[in-house]
Amino acid sequence: MYKIAVLGDRDSIYGFAALGLDTFPVSNAEEAAKKLKMLAEGKYAVIYLTEALQAQLEIEIDQYRTEPLPAIIPIPGVSGNTGMGMRSVRKSVEQAVGSDIIFNEK
Amino acid sequence: MARKHINPTRMELTKLKKKLVTAVRGHKLLKDKRDELMRQFLDLVRENKTLREKVEAGVTAANKNFVLARAGMSDEILNVALMAPRQEVYLDTSTRNVMSVDIPIFEYKTKTPDANDIYPYGFAFTSSDLDDAVKSLQDILPDMLRLAEYEKSCQLLASEIEKTRRRVNALEHIMIPEMQESIKYIKMKLDENERSTQIRLMKVKDMMLEKVYHYSEKLVN
Repeated sequence: MYKIAVLGDRDSIYGFAALGLDTFPVSNAEEAAKKLKMLAEGKYAVIYLTEALQAQLEIEIDQYRTEPLPAIIPIPGVSGNTGMGMRSVRKSVEQAVGSDIIFNEK
Repeated sequence: MARKHINPTRMELTKLKKKLVTAVRGHKLLKDKRDELMRQFLDLVRENKTLREKVEAGVTAANKNFVLARAGMSDEILNVALMAPRQEVYLDTSTRNVMSVDIPIFEYKTKTPDANDIYPYGFAFTSSDLDDAVKSLQDILPDMLRLAEYEKSCQLLASEIEKTRRRVNALEHIMIPEMQESIKYIKMKLDENERSTQIRLMKVKDMMLEKVYHYSEKLVN
C-alpha cells in the first residue's frame, strides 16, 4: 500500500494535509533534495512538488524519470504558475518525437 | 566505409546472409513497435496536457482560496485546525502493459468510508473561507491522481520510444548497410577467385595441347 507525499514550501502545501496527503514542508533546495531521496525510496508512489522546487531539483528528479515508481509531479505553488510543469510534459514529447508537436501552437 | 576485416569464405557468406535476414526482420518488428508506441504516446500526452491545464488551474484557484482563508484567521487557529488530519489517502498501484512498457495505474482509497469527510476541525473558530479552500482542493484531487498516472506513463513511454528509435536507426543506417557491404565484398572476392582458377585451367590446357600437337610450329609453316 503506497501513500502520497507533497513537498514544497509550507505556504503552498499546508492545505493538502487536510485531504490526508503527507506534507513535507522544506525551506531550501538542499533539504528538499534529501527529503525527495528519502521519500522516493520510501513508501510513496506519487510525490507532488512545487514548481519552484522542481526548477532547483531537476537533476534529482531526472533520476526517477525512467523508474516505474515514484511519479514525481510538479504542481503550481502559492507564488503562481511558472509553466515548469508544462515544460516537463513538453520534454517528454521532445524526447519521444524529436521535436515538439503538441505545444507548438503557442 | 571503414569495414572490419572479414574472411572471404563461403562459410562467412552463409553466416552473414543469415544474420542479414534476422536483422531485416528485427528492423521491421522494431519499426512496428515504434509506430504503435508513438500512437499510444500521442494519445496519452494529449490527455496529459488537458489534465495538467485543469489541475494547474484548480490548484492555483485553491491556493488563492487558502491565501484568503489565512488572511481572515490568525495563524495559530489555522495551524491547529489543520494539525491533525482526519482523512488519509492510500494508493493501490497496478500496472498495464503497453507494448512491453509497464505503465502504472493508481487507485486511491480513503481511510474513512466517506471520501468527503475532509474537515479535520470543528467549525467554531475557523472561517468559511477555509472550508471553501479545503473543498476546492478536495475537488481537484482525483484529477491530480490521474495526472500523476498519465504523466508517469508519458515519461516511461517517451524513454522507451527513444530507445526503440535508436535501435531502429542503428539497424537501418549502420548494421544492415554494413552487412550488405560485407556480403558484396565476399561475393566479389569469391567470383574473382573463380575467374582466376578458370583462367589458370585454360592456360594449363593450352600448354598441354601445345605439347602434344605443336600448334605454334604449324602456324609458322
